[in-house]
Amino acid sequence: MSKTIEQLRQEYGTREKILTIEDLVVKFSLRGEELTAIRQASLDVYKGESLCIVGESGSGKSVLTKSFMGMLDNNGWIDSGSVLYKEEDLAAYRFERQWMQIRGKEIAMIFQDPMTSLNPLRSVGSQIKEAVELHQDLRGEAAREAVYEILENVGIADPVRRYRQYPFEFSGGMRQRVVIAIAMACKPQILVCDEPTTALDVTIQAQILQLLDKLQKMYDLTVIYITHDLGVVAHVADRVAVMYAGDIIEVGLSEEVFYNPQHPYTMNLLSSLPQLGEKGKDLYAIKGTPPNLFKEIHGDAFAPRNSLALKVDFVHRPPYFTVSPTHKAKTWLLDPRAPKVELPSAIKQLRSKWGDDIVAGS
Amino acid sequence: MPAPEKLLEVKDLSVHFGRGRKKFVAVHKVNFDIFKGETLGLVGESGSGKTTIGRAIVRINPTTDGQILFKGRCISGRIARELDREVTQKIQMIFQDPMASLNERAKVDYIVSEGLYNTKNYTCEEERKEKVTKALLSVGLLPEFATRFPHEFSGGQRQRIGVARSLVMNPELIIADEPISALDVSIRAQVINLMNQLKKDLGLTYLFIAHDLSVVRFISDRVAVIHLGQIVELADTEELYENPVHPYTKGLLSAIPVPNPRVERKRQIHAYDPSMHKYAENPPKWMEIAPRHFVLANEEEMEGYRQNYNHHAKDAI
Repeated sequence: MSKTIEQLRQEYGTREKILTIEDLVVKFSLRGEELTAIRQASLDVYKGESLCIVGESGSGKSVLTKSFMGMLDNNGWIDSGSVLYKEEDLAAYRFERQWMQIRGKEIAMIFQDPMTSLNPLRSVGSQIKEAVELHQDLRGEAAREAVYEILENVGIADPVRRYRQYPFEFSGGMRQRVVIAIAMACKPQILVCDEPTTALDVTIQAQILQLLDKLQKMYDLTVIYITHDLGVVAHVADRVAVMYAGDIIEVGLSEEVFYNPQHPYTMNLLSSLPQLGEKGKDLYAIKGTPPNLFKEIHGDAFAPRNSLALKVDFVHRPPYFTVSPTHKAKTWLLDPRAPKVELPSAIKQLRSKWGDDIVAGS
Repeated sequence: MPAPEKLLEVKDLSVHFGRGRKKFVAVHKVNFDIFKGETLGLVGESGSGKTTIGRAIVRINPTTDGQILFKGRCISGRIARELDREVTQKIQMIFQDPMASLNERAKVDYIVSEGLYNTKNYTCEEERKEKVTKALLSVGLLPEFATRFPHEFSGGQRQRIGVARSLVMNPELIIADEPISALDVSIRAQVINLMNQLKKDLGLTYLFIAHDLSVVRFISDRVAVIHLGQIVELADTEELYENPVHPYTKGLLSAIPVPNPRVERKRQIHAYDPSMHKYAENPPKWMEIAPRHFVLANEEEMEGYRQNYNHHAKDAI
């Protein structure tokens, strides 16, 4: 039997924070102009959880994770704010050798397309061995044995033969397993998965998600998923953070965000899913385009596309309003003075069938 | 109700690549019809041959065996020049990635009218401009966008340009090869709505190729499931999703993630193992299990499927 929402909320009260991002601002310089990619985003990551960051392309989900791994492009920098990891402020890191202590060892990352993250000219085994030698200080035969073990752990059968093979001899799903193996060879605390299954078929996708789940339990990993597939989110997430225009506008337990969304953007995003649409009718489509991040944004970034926008949305930026101990959202709709809004019918249906207790509890 | 008109018939279509020892069978004896005004969804994993079928219909990939009939006339293999021109005009394609399928160096005006230039089916410059304007308006873009370059547009707008350039030819059948796979969730909805709108307004027929089963369910009237070059099941959309018969379809359906955490966490996945079929001694045939619901099976399997199916259908009542 799965846990009730109250149990989950209590459990989170006792969890230890592993990473704390506070008021982070990341800027890029592009063609002489300044682009603000992350606008004062704050996020806590708890030990052992799986957190999903969702948002459209360009909302800054990849930039956010790259900023605490020292992987921003050369024209990007952390302008202000802090990222606390094990009592160290990563935002203050300036040198590559500082990042070397974090990247891979503490926080590892896997990318969307396994073909571009593997070296086609080197055997799979030697690529994993490189990570083992660097991070586990093993050499020669011992390193080789460690690679065999990792290969078995990620579900690649016959590791002795597979060790000598090259990436082109692997299928897409198998390649992604190799990428995961390289990340795991570093024995990280946090694993960031940037769209890990987008390039894969549904059947393979299910297998990879299963594998990540198994590894998470085995190594007590904290996993951060970046994805725009809400089906995947529902499958893996303990908590969900929704990003829009460089800010985290809503964050909460998976159940809370799916059955009781508060920010209009989250509501619209859910309503536009074909799974929740009614056949023969138009799907709900979000009008307009995301804001231009070269310009300063006043008020709520989503206001120009929001049919429910209040006057205040165009002037003042909303702070976080607390919905439950684990659920908060940046929208003026939660202010006690705001008018009551009707939930979109698709979400109402979803909630009445599956998540009545979420509202009752808070 | 009169029997719907068959716009396209695919009969025993096979497509092979290479020859001799290097031969690769991409599509093996595929049969299906597309009726006028419907959307037929074609789903399968990558490498199953769904794109190859689409490309065979627009005559990009030569067919090895079998026939493709468009409005009763054979359009596969060697055909008359006249017919070839007609087919190029009447069957259009929309591609997957609007970032890759539009010429970066050409203006929208040229991109949209490229087909017109190639077939020269306009009499004067004004008529061409008029056609471009009409196509842009029908996909919800402004006519003044014609003077811009593709990089000035967002992903959703680019895909609209992709749709506009097939509409300008006045097509009857559109082959949409994963038209929304590369788009964001919020933009997906816009393009799906646009395609449905155009279908209603212009009486278009679609062959919708995709691997995302939830999108296919939303947009298609009928769905064909393809596995390793063979169509294993074909039925009306709801029938297929409610009563899947073939084990591969079942496996595929069970693998779709649902955006609902409490349902999703309990979801069971049925793995499909092709070795369960004993087709070596008893080859499969294309059989009808219920009205308009076809499945690929041999007699022995069919018996089992029938029992299961009847059992299931009774439960539903």
